Amino acid sequence: MGFDWGFIVTHFFDQALIEGAEMTIFLSLVAQVAGVLLGLLAALMRLSKNPIFNIISGFYIWLFRGTPLLVQLVVFATGLYQIGIKLDLLPAALLALSLNEGAYMAEIVRAGIESIDPGQMEAAKSLGMTTGTGMRRIVLPQAARVILPPLGNEFNNMLKSTSLASVISIKELLTKAGDLNHLYFKTLETFAIISCYYLAMTTVAALLQSWAESRLGDRRSRETAVPFWQRLRTNLLSAGRAR
Amino acid sequence: MQEPLPQAAPGPIVRAEDVHKRFGANEVLRGINLSVDPGKTVVLIGPSGSGKTTFLRCINHLEKIHQGRIYVGGHLVGYRLDNGRMVEDSERNVAAKRARIGMVFQRFNLFPHLTALENIIEAPTQVKGLPKAQAVEIARDLLRKVGLEAKADHYPRQLSGGQQQRVAIARALAMDPMVMLFDEATSALDPELVGEVLKVMEDLARDGMSMVVVTHEMGFARDVADHVVFMDGGVVVEEGSPTQVFANPQHERTQDFLRRIL
Repeated sequence: MGFDWGFIVTHFFDQALIEGAEMTIFLSLVAQVAGVLLGLLAALMRLSKNPIFNIISGFYIWLFRGTPLLVQLVVFATGLYQIGIKLDLLPAALLALSLNEGAYMAEIVRAGIESIDPGQMEAAKSLGMTTGTGMRRIVLPQAARVILPPLGNEFNNMLKSTSLASVISIKELLTKAGDLNHLYFKTLETFAIISCYYLAMTTVAALLQSWAESRLGDRRSRETAVPFWQRLRTNLLSAGRAR
Repeated sequence: MQEPLPQAAPGPIVRAEDVHKRFGANEVLRGINLSVDPGKTVVLIGPSGSGKTTFLRCINHLEKIHQGRIYVGGHLVGYRLDNGRMVEDSERNVAAKRARIGMVFQRFNLFPHLTALENIIEAPTQVKGLPKAQAVEIARDLLRKVGLEAKADHYPRQLSGGQQQRVAIARALAMDPMVMLFDEATSALDPELVGEVLKVMEDLARDGMSMVVVTHEMGFARDVADHVVFMDGGVVVEEGSPTQVFANPQHERTQDFLRRIL
């Protein structure tokens, strides 16, 4: 037996795996962007004075953070069908991933907004800004600096969490690796290859995050800016959250 | 852009009638009456907890009031009358009124992600819809006025407390306020930086800006105020010209306070 290095070489860039990686990246990007938008909306609703918004947002966050993503995927893919809502598998996967991510992002965005001195909103209001303008122009740009590091962490998690969509037969990286394994019975080799894929994707994500963080930081003050390589090291080594 | 900004009607620039304010069961303002004539500087003094700051924050509706009326430039702020009853005004209307009430905070509250110049042009461009070039021109004039034209591109954290507070004053002035409210504007400053901020405030008063100033700087009150108001326990205990209040206080509580502070 032994480890088949030849298989690694011949199948590292297997078309199936590349297609799977493309699907993984697609799922991650769409769900992350949607998750950020949903999270922003839910955070603003949670912070609003309107009790109905509070309840809706609180219920959403409670529900989606309190149940496993795997269960949510299965429910959206199959459960809804039973009550008459027909959803294709890919939209179902995107919906589940986005809604799950939105619930986590809501708490991150809320913490980011709450970390900003209330005096900032007061100053904005004293100048004649509405709460909306003050939020958009004054509070959120400052909160963004606080939100960005955990957002990077979320995206790292997202890249890996999409593998759960394999249970509803989305043709992402893990599914494709399974297909390849059924063909050649090279389990360890196949999974070694896709581990390299996941590492490549999370490393690129960390690079982007470090770049974004140093840009936001620099704008505020050059002298305290952390060097890029130092940020990258932190972002690569910071532990992801288990789901 | 949005609601037209209010214009000052003839008469007092600020008029407060029987203003009451509670925090829970604690009544911090118990019937304040006060009037500020255009171009005049009114200084509020009094011990901590006397309600001076709370009253100032009621003027631009950062705090709600529970009874009474506050008019700025002849307009109710934060409320509208509905069959003689005061009801909370719409957010847009409140914002439009606040746009012409300048406020300077104890902790400056500059926007840390914007430069001094950007801090000043933010509200004129976002609230008034002024073209950026025009707002920048106004901002540079104001920076010159507060002696900071060289610091236009500095971020707040690169400025001293006194410089930050001067930028904050310029930021409020950029909205062409009918009245300026100063909430202990020098209390958070190192002693050697107090003078430069008081100087700017004094210049403003001399230029005819209407001002309501909460301060512990008795020298400023004596030299610059047109009218001094002594508050204690949520009421106006005594008021008059600086000479009257400082040289010849009538009330025991005023005498007591001045004895302790001077």
